[in-house]
Amino acid sequence: MTRDTFDIAIIGGGVVGCAIARRLTLDGARVVVIEKALDVLDGASKGNSAILHTGFDAPPGSLEQACIAAGYKEYLEIAGQMSLPILKSGALVLAWSDDQLKQLPKLIEKAHANGVTDVTSLSREEILRKEPNLSPDLLGGFAVPGEYLIDPWGTAHAYILQAIANGATLLRNAEVLTGHFEGTSWTLKTTQGDMHADHVINCAGLYGDIVDERLTGARRFTITPRKGQFVVFDKPASNLLSSIILPVPTKTTKGVVICRTIFGNLLVGPTAEDQESRTDGSTTRDALLDLQAKGVEMVPGLSNCDVTTAYAGLRPATEYQDYQIHQDRQSRYISVGGIRSTGLSSSLGIAQHVSALLDTFGTQFKPLSTPVTPTPEKLSEYHDRDWQCPGSDGIVCHCELVTKREIERVLDGPMPPATLAGLKRRTRVTMGRCQGFYCTGALAALTEGRLVRPMGTRDGS
Amino acid sequence: MAAETFTETSCTVAIVGGGTSGLALAAELMRLKVGRVVVLEREPNSGGIPRHCGHYPFGVYEYKRLMKGPDYARKNTDVAADLGAVIRTGTTVTALRPGGTLELTTPGGREVLHADRVVLCTGVRESSRAQRFINGDRPYGVISTGALQSLAYLEHIRPFTRPVIFGSELVSFSAIQTCAHLGIKPAALVEEEDHVRVRALLTPYLIAKRVPLFTGIRQPTIIGSDQVEAFEFSDKNGRYRRIETDGIIISGRFRPEAALLKASHLAVDRGTGGPVVDQSGRCSDPAYFATGNILRPAETSAFCWQEGVDTAARVANDLETSPSYAPNVISVTHDDPAIRFVVPQRIATPLPPHGMTNFYLGLTKEVRGVLEARAGGKTVWEKPIKSQPIRRLQFPLSEIVKPDVADDITFTLRKSK
Ligand SMILES: Cc1cc2nc3c(=O)[nH]c(=O)nc-3n(C[C@H](O)[C@H](O)[C@H](O)COP(=O)(O)OP(=O)(O)OC[C@H]3O[C@@H](n4cnc5c(N)ncnc54)[C@H](O)[C@@H]3O)c2cc1C
Ligand SMILES: Cc1cc2nc3c(=O)[nH]c(=O)nc-3n(C[C@H](O)[C@H](O)[C@H](O)COP(=O)(O)OP(=O)(O)OC[C@H]3O[C@@H](n4cnc5c(N)ncnc54)[C@H](O)[C@@H]3O)c2cc1C
Repeated sequence: MTRDTFDIAIIGGGVVGCAIARRLTLDGARVVVIEKALDVLDGASKGNSAILHTGFDAPPGSLEQACIAAGYKEYLEIAGQMSLPILKSGALVLAWSDDQLKQLPKLIEKAHANGVTDVTSLSREEILRKEPNLSPDLLGGFAVPGEYLIDPWGTAHAYILQAIANGATLLRNAEVLTGHFEGTSWTLKTTQGDMHADHVINCAGLYGDIVDERLTGARRFTITPRKGQFVVFDKPASNLLSSIILPVPTKTTKGVVICRTIFGNLLVGPTAEDQESRTDGSTTRDALLDLQAKGVEMVPGLSNCDVTTAYAGLRPATEYQDYQIHQDRQSRYISVGGIRSTGLSSSLGIAQHVSALLDTFGTQFKPLSTPVTPTPEKLSEYHDRDWQCPGSDGIVCHCELVTKREIERVLDGPMPPATLAGLKRRTRVTMGRCQGFYCTGALAALTEGRLVRPMGTRDGS
Repeated sequence: MAAETFTETSCTVAIVGGGTSGLALAAELMRLKVGRVVVLEREPNSGGIPRHCGHYPFGVYEYKRLMKGPDYARKNTDVAADLGAVIRTGTTVTALRPGGTLELTTPGGREVLHADRVVLCTGVRESSRAQRFINGDRPYGVISTGALQSLAYLEHIRPFTRPVIFGSELVSFSAIQTCAHLGIKPAALVEEEDHVRVRALLTPYLIAKRVPLFTGIRQPTIIGSDQVEAFEFSDKNGRYRRIETDGIIISGRFRPEAALLKASHLAVDRGTGGPVVDQSGRCSDPAYFATGNILRPAETSAFCWQEGVDTAARVANDLETSPSYAPNVISVTHDDPAIRFVVPQRIATPLPPHGMTNFYLGLTKEVRGVLEARAGGKTVWEKPIKSQPIRRLQFPLSEIVKPDVADDITFTLRKSK
């Protein structure tokens, strides 16, 4: 029996792994993505601010800056074709203290050095004219017109779905335990048996250092998860702001972001809290109340707005400032680690970088001449939604206006969710203001027998 | 796929929400023969929340019969339908436009409905876990009583086996009954306030069933990341507690289901979270009325049923008298942090017939003192009160509002002498 050897095994189905899977599949490689969780996007990529960054404030000359710039550019190129929604909100970086005000010129200079040349200084009056609901306490700022809002999950799903549609394999619920390079190829021991591949790319995010050690016996960096909590306000709050409001980073305080979401909410966050746990995404009352208060300070109208939900994400931070991308030509191994707080924006750029690294290994594939491009549903409040189209078979989730047709499509699709959390990320069910008060029963019935982790047990059985 | 264009229809009265109040209103409007009455209900069946309250007590006041929620919901539907009200299920109202025009999404497509009058009857829902700022990750197994009931009674699905009930209102009692229906026993009932909110009903029950009760808890924390594993808190003596559990029922702290309202041109009251209304239930756009629990969180079904019936006379009268009816409007406010809301928030004069007979007040905390109504710099009414925040507080409108009233009314609290 000949064993099945993939060209590439990608460890980890976060946004980075998904983007690399897409890139290398389009390059012509046979790719397998091995993800330990029941579903993709279960790690760092589960919760972020969902901003498509220009990289205006990244360290000039860093790998991070290069990947963001390349990723941003490719995102805009493929968004239309791949049905990726963009909310072209633009951002304002605002100073609320003299200390912050003093830093603005340096930040603008840095932006220009990073090639983000449309960054321009604004007076307090200009800002308030643009965003009349901001507190008049602000002192000044500048505009970054190219910062946009995107769908944090739909984006990564679109990447992996395109990879799958063009022949890639996704293996979920499979943790890579150990691995050995045996002269010409790798054998990875997973909880679902052995997998073989010529190259291995470690995209294990919050576990990048652990996987590095399991495969190479050494750690090149150490991950210290940095938690970011968010408060999400109900849709009426989104009328208060049009731009993304970014803080001026200072040495002493890490400011918070206020922005709309592509789903029509408004979010305030994140916090920055170092922690040991790589899984604990708890939110805490004190932090959320503090974020809420900060939000109200900057946008006083928020005091009248209802909170819809709260969540936290974990950044895979390391002791280094820059991304930790290391390659070993000999063993055909690439480790893509420490993609800390810009991975959603940079992932396509990272994928290009990895593709180029493989070239330096002398690895050659034949690019697909006519790749398939699936066009998944846009879940954007700012674009047409399924409920507005004929034949939707009725609305199931009333807060987010999710139709039965949308849910059925996802459940029957090429990458069905394994858990309610996965269904939420794919459709937005129960993500709205009632958090499942109205539709939980109907959803349990619709998903019965179709999720790995069911919503309950039928009584009498 | 291209979004679809709208078809247009019209009716005399459009009722948004086919729950208890909407159906009672529809039936009474038919009895009053106002014209074509259409109930718009987004669920596959009308009846509202009682549809999934598979327990007693419903119907005693309305039908002189002790009924379970689903039978009662069916009865309300049948009465309205038999009288000729059109009940359209699977029909979501997606926008309120000025003057009584509604945007609908229906099984057949999108639609614009022009109504002479619209009545909002969209009810209330419970606050979610996030809205109560409970610590912890987001595992599966944290649900509201309403969600639990829809699982248990509509789908016969059991989401957990040993839940902790968070909250101690009337609806927390429904949570216990629903657990009993599923054949499971709650691991505990916890409350952040120092007292059980509906003491008389809940406490004996908890003792009889040996369900541990903790009041005055601090730092409630959900443990578990995929599935609930435990619930932790510090008890009223500051002692750390951990209860092994596989689910949390977040019960009560109702808030109006007012998304539609908040996205519209209508004025919203901060206190209730529902619409600003006058004593006829009329909103800031005179084509719109509201009744039932959307007016304020939250009342029993019988109370909302009666509100629906009463509102029919107001709407019928308005259809007859307008546009000649041009009232003066004074506002009703409150200026003590212990007062959460007052309904109605406006008074129209001259006083129209069939208006609300009471002011309905909500409190934020326990109050002992003298409640005062002030107008034109003078105290026009006062009454000593001693009340828990959850209790229904009603005061006769006629004692406070004189027919010739011209000044705005403010409710305030004074310490008792
Ligand atoms: C609070 C916050 C805000 C952010 N805001 C933004 C923003 O606005 N814009 C932006 O561009 N970026 C933002 N980011 C950053 C972005 O979310 C991350 O950079 C990105 O998600 C990292 O993705 P990843 O694929 O590297 O890691 P992950 O998402 O963690 O993916 C790694 C995957 O590997 C799997 N795995 C781990 N070990 C194994 C194993 N042994 N075997 C198999 N699989 C394994 C994990 O289960 C996981 O699914 C933010 C991040 C946070 C936390
Ligand atoms: C868990 C629970 C247990 C309860 N137990 C009891 C009990 O034992 N006894 C008792 O007397 N009371 C009980 N109640 C209270 C009772 O259910 C309410 O008092 C009553 O249902 C209120 O009626 P309503 O018409 O105001 O709202 P609802 O009955 O909630 O009706 C509102 C209707 O509006 C519809 N709707 C909302 N928005 C739209 C839209 N945009 N388009 C179309 N339709 C829409 C909803 O689908 C719903 O059917 C309970 C409540 C809960 C949550």
